[in-house]
Amino acid sequence: MSTTFDYLDRLEAEAIHILREVAGQFERPALLFSGGKDSIVLTRLAEKAFRPGRFPFPLVHVDTGHNFPEVLQYRDELAAQLGEKLIVRKVEDTIKRQSLREPGGKYPSRNPLQTYTLLEVIEEFEFDACIGGARRDEEKARAKERIFSVRDEFGQWDPKRQRPELWNIYNGRIQKGENVRVFPISNWTELDVWRYIQRESIPLPDIYFGHERTCVVLPSGQLLGLSEHLQLDDEDEIVTRQVRFRTVGDSTCTAAVESDARTVEDIIQDLLLAKVSERGATRLDDNISEAGMEDRKRNGYF
Amino acid sequence: MDLLRFITCGSVDDGKSTLIGRLLYDSESVSLDVLAALEKRQASGGVVDLALLTDGLRAEREQGITIDVAYKYFTTPRRKFIITDAPGHVQYTRNMVTGASNADLAIVLVDARQGVIEQTRRHTLIAALLGIRHFVLAVNKMDLVNYDEAVFAQIATDYAELTNHFHLPAATAIPLSALQGDNVVKPSQHLPWYTGPSLLQHLESVPGAQETEAAPRFQVQYVIRPQTPELPDYRGYAGQILSGQYRRGQRVRVLPSGLESEIEAIEVNQQEVETASAPQAVVIRLRDDVDVSRGDALVPAGPEEPILTRELEATLCWMSEQPLWPGRKLLVQHHSALSKAAVSAILYKVNVQTFARVHTEQAQLNDIVRVRLKTALPLAVDNYADNRTTGSFILVDELTGDTLAAGLVEAANSEYFTPPMQPPVAFSI
Repeated sequence: MSTTFDYLDRLEAEAIHILREVAGQFERPALLFSGGKDSIVLTRLAEKAFRPGRFPFPLVHVDTGHNFPEVLQYRDELAAQLGEKLIVRKVEDTIKRQSLREPGGKYPSRNPLQTYTLLEVIEEFEFDACIGGARRDEEKARAKERIFSVRDEFGQWDPKRQRPELWNIYNGRIQKGENVRVFPISNWTELDVWRYIQRESIPLPDIYFGHERTCVVLPSGQLLGLSEHLQLDDEDEIVTRQVRFRTVGDSTCTAAVESDARTVEDIIQDLLLAKVSERGATRLDDNISEAGMEDRKRNGYF
Repeated sequence: MDLLRFITCGSVDDGKSTLIGRLLYDSESVSLDVLAALEKRQASGGVVDLALLTDGLRAEREQGITIDVAYKYFTTPRRKFIITDAPGHVQYTRNMVTGASNADLAIVLVDARQGVIEQTRRHTLIAALLGIRHFVLAVNKMDLVNYDEAVFAQIATDYAELTNHFHLPAATAIPLSALQGDNVVKPSQHLPWYTGPSLLQHLESVPGAQETEAAPRFQVQYVIRPQTPELPDYRGYAGQILSGQYRRGQRVRVLPSGLESEIEAIEVNQQEVETASAPQAVVIRLRDDVDVSRGDALVPAGPEEPILTRELEATLCWMSEQPLWPGRKLLVQHHSALSKAAVSAILYKVNVQTFARVHTEQAQLNDIVRVRLKTALPLAVDNYADNRTTGSFILVDELTGDTLAAGLVEAANSEYFTPPMQPPVAFSI
């Protein structure tokens, strides 16, 4: 007999398979949790992979100190509701400990500094595998990264030394000091994630939906939510608009898009019509250079 | 809506990246900012170079070539597609094998001006070796041969000869121009003599993966033992159904131990279900308290059992820069099962232009070789021709952890073992 599965069923089965391979192959894995929709989807997939048992890994959040307050609240509530361990490490502390220089400028982003905190927390808990919600459709460099991506002790990705990844066999064997970044939803697109959120009725932080917000208009025309971290001057144009966020990174480098989408269904309709990619619409840090993501990955970024 | 994974194969100048770019572009899967970034890089202005949509890494941009497997996605109202783009250079057999291992369909691209060339044969044979059953012969650059039907017909005939000769599945030949957009997504007025589907129409109608048709196979990835006051004795075997279908109450054998039990429950997301089939991720509970751990297989007892063996014959694609010598010790990873192993003999090398067998002492990077493998622990395998999942494995370097080879089980029973090939005897007059 032949059964046809919906493509979301197949993507889900693949992701659960990958999560269980992590549990089976590693001693001390961790799930990197940002409070964004992709990592929220990962927690739902982990429930499907490991219940009625506990997750075989803690949730780890690298807090830049510039996070949206709604997202931090959501994070704590979700961890409590799941009954899973949450480890939070602050970029603020890394800056003090390592005497790092705070980024300056009008819109200071701590995104580049996250890598330092991430490497610190990996060292502190000796994590051998870190699960993340990155997807290959986000960016051209990510399109080439493996699902099990081996990093050296500096967290560096070397695209030329990647292991071939065959069939659905994942090789997580590493040497001391190395660790693996694992991307279970590599093959999902932004639209797939939203369709899954809809199908599974997964609650999200409010900032994903249309709401009124006071924003700064950037020279590019993008909107940045007002916060105390921005260094504004008289020339900045301040407006109040109906907006939502497509990604929730650091609040100082994640732009809002104008939208009155109230429901997941509205957002899916928005996306079907949208003509700008997720990172292009919302991430200020990728636009710095065309090889932006490739460089950051080589330096240990997710 | 279902899912189709396909690989595109072609040599450097066949316009493979342009074809993928065209599929993404004409199916409206390219966003404006991505197009803007491309246009910014167009030194001379003019038309956007669609090939740049897939050439991702800086080294590739500098050299103008694709160096590694890349994945691209697009969705039509009928299907989600995952494109694996593997480069076509001779030295990159490894990438082609990697890409083909997950694909349901292969698009073999040829330049209408050149027709079927050495690379075409090579790509077709590798894709067929990896078990791909659906082939599309995409005859590209029809605009450069004045959309001439006779040119297309000749290439299609040449290719059919190739597939017949090697007993490969018949290909669907489609004339197109990726650069001009003829017949990739939309049918073209330049090809009035062609009445078949456009490439995309064909891709939307090909049957997808059919893993439910093979014998039932399941491997334990992880044992769930909550050990809570509510569930003190719960023991669930978490894994993915690799092929076929399982049902509650079914008799199963645990391999390699050979112990038998019955499926007490199959759980999907903590809900008990009567049946489950590949590729579902499930938790299976057994009626008896038998010893089961990661890597063990649960299979139906009886004639559909896999082959349990410590010695097998396999085709390897060697992927390491250090050559393989007979006697080499390594690890074999058969999905979630792991064992020490040794390549006890290299039987012959396969010439991927001709499928001819050639004597060899060692395997080099990108060689396809037939070997005999001995494993420390017994593995429950199927022949690759019967099951692409349980018939596949990788070889791993025990020290560095690197993946050394892709392996396809060809014969797992000594009755069918091939005698080693002797070195050619030199004639003396």
